[in-house]
Amino acid sequence: MVVPAAAQQSATPKQPAAGQLGESARQYALDIGQFPPYKPARMPDGHPDLNGNWQAMVSADWDLQDHDAQSGPKPEINGVYGAGPAGQSIVEGGEIPYRPEALAKKKRNFEMRATVDVSNDKTWHDLGDPELKCYMPGVPRANYLPYPFRIVQGGDASSPYMLISYEFASATRIIRMNWKETAPVPSWMGWSRGHWEGDTLVVDVSGFREETWFDRAGDYHSDELHVVERYTPVSPYHLMYEATIEDPKVFTRPWKIRFPLYRRMEQDFQLLEFKCEPFTEEMLYGRFGKKPAP
Amino acid sequence: MTCRPLTILGIPATVIAFGSLSLLVGQNSPTGNDSAPAPQKKTATTAATSQAVPTAKPNGFRTSWGDPDLQGVWNDATSTPLQRPNGVANKEVLSEEEAEQFQAQTAGRLSRDRRDGDAQVDVNRAYNEHWMDSRRLKVTADHRTSLIVDPPDGKIPPLVPISAERQKMLNERGAEVGRFNAGMPNNYRDFDLAVRCVIRTDVPPYMPIIYNNDLQIVQSPGYVVIAPEMIHSARIIPVDGRPHINKHLLLWLGDSRGHWEGNTLVVETTNFRPDSNIFQDADPKTLHLTERFTRVDAKTINYEYTVEDPHTWTHPWTVRIPWTRIDPGEQMYEYACHEDNYDVSHFLQGARERERRGEVVQPIPELPLNEPLK
Repeated sequence: MVVPAAAQQSATPKQPAAGQLGESARQYALDIGQFPPYKPARMPDGHPDLNGNWQAMVSADWDLQDHDAQSGPKPEINGVYGAGPAGQSIVEGGEIPYRPEALAKKKRNFEMRATVDVSNDKTWHDLGDPELKCYMPGVPRANYLPYPFRIVQGGDASSPYMLISYEFASATRIIRMNWKETAPVPSWMGWSRGHWEGDTLVVDVSGFREETWFDRAGDYHSDELHVVERYTPVSPYHLMYEATIEDPKVFTRPWKIRFPLYRRMEQDFQLLEFKCEPFTEEMLYGRFGKKPAP
Repeated sequence: MTCRPLTILGIPATVIAFGSLSLLVGQNSPTGNDSAPAPQKKTATTAATSQAVPTAKPNGFRTSWGDPDLQGVWNDATSTPLQRPNGVANKEVLSEEEAEQFQAQTAGRLSRDRRDGDAQVDVNRAYNEHWMDSRRLKVTADHRTSLIVDPPDGKIPPLVPISAERQKMLNERGAEVGRFNAGMPNNYRDFDLAVRCVIRTDVPPYMPIIYNNDLQIVQSPGYVVIAPEMIHSARIIPVDGRPHINKHLLLWLGDSRGHWEGNTLVVETTNFRPDSNIFQDADPKTLHLTERFTRVDAKTINYEYTVEDPHTWTHPWTVRIPWTRIDPGEQMYEYACHEDNYDVSHFLQGARERERRGEVVQPIPELPLNEPLK
């Protein structure tokens, strides 16, 4: 399939003033009073250097909204293994603005989050949290799963791409910089197109498949999901992350999540593998095995 | 994109990769944490560069921070066979005219739209040319008759006798493949790693395959990252001189470390899981893999690798595959696999149904599809 060439990055990128942040992230930084004005290290092309291994510290993968500590799906087997920590909402204003009928579906998702059935192709994705099945996590969930990820940023005119490699399920995103073409096909991780606004990397993500969820609480979206992410360096060790989430089929208005990403500082840290497919096979396919087992 | 079982396509389940644990453990690590803060990274890059053995003058392909530039989306499809066919035994490189003939011959052999086989062969070719990468029907631009460049006869060196332990493992694997090919898998463990969507052609060393032959390279200071389309993993290769991870940590894709020798990226890979796909059934404990990536012009990377394993072959051998740049006209797509892996469910439910009907099917060690080129 032929996709027209990307617009090349402008030869002279806008040089932001020292300490200039994306407005929204700066407001957040001021809100929590932690980050003084910061002038990030830069790449040869003049943009901030976001390279590194990053990880969220929030417990939003359990629930984007306020949540108490909770047991896992099968405490009679798992005990405290699989239980979840309490956490404060990372949603601006606290609540996700669901349409009433969509809220009912979220509740059903939650009730059936640990049930799977792949005996029929047509209902393959109907039940169970995609994370439980080791499916690619989608965006923004990939960024607050409790696993590290690596941002790879070159910035050369020869390569109008950035890449994010996630440890979870070896999911990978290519971010196409200053790209015009929209998603050629729907995908699990979406179609990411980036540009710089001052020192903030803005990534527009669309072209999603509808099957990913936002968390283990059953928060979900449709195939009309549109996410705009903002990555702003606020110290050598932190990126402020913000995502605006829009989906008119499911929500009454766009809403935002915000949290910091932390640089993994261990000596010689590197991503390892969380190829979780083998951990799902007995759950998904065990029932189709020969009985009694040979 | 749905995924199809590779074994049913006549691709040996084992034609993928592996590595050894004994490489490169003594290098200094000038820095543990990459870009924080910036001056450390500078040290790392300088240290890596100072180890380089200049084998060529820098060509024009450089990143803005001075490393050789390998970035882009590349495709490695070709019909040139791994081993040189006997019909061209004395020809390492063909003339223009001979190459045309060789290409027609190999393309004819590879085509899945042929209808000259028996019923079983015909059924196996139902997964036809529509689904295949048509680039795989072209010989390499340099008109070589084999991808193997060393030894000079273009053949895999003779095998050495293998241990009883490895033979037992191979026999067990063979039995699983036989049940799978016969449509009678006992359970999901009878499927190979590719069918289970754990790993596919993303394990080094890379070999051309029937489709999804794209590989994207993105670089940052101190790193080269290779993202093969199938299956959506990114192989992160530090080129900053740091040592390998502890030998007790094992990875499906192995642990890669690179360094620059002139314009060439040299990568050594270790720490493979023994249950990963082991290249050509080599011994994961002793296989030593070295890959070399050299940008030769705007549209070409020469990808070369040497495999050495005294437990498998009498001599090391070397393969060269040209990679052709395809972006920005073409882009890589997300290769979802496990997410809609209907095949596993279908095969297993089919096998249980056959058992219910009392059918008895003999194992099929190898599916007939294409006769080798003589």
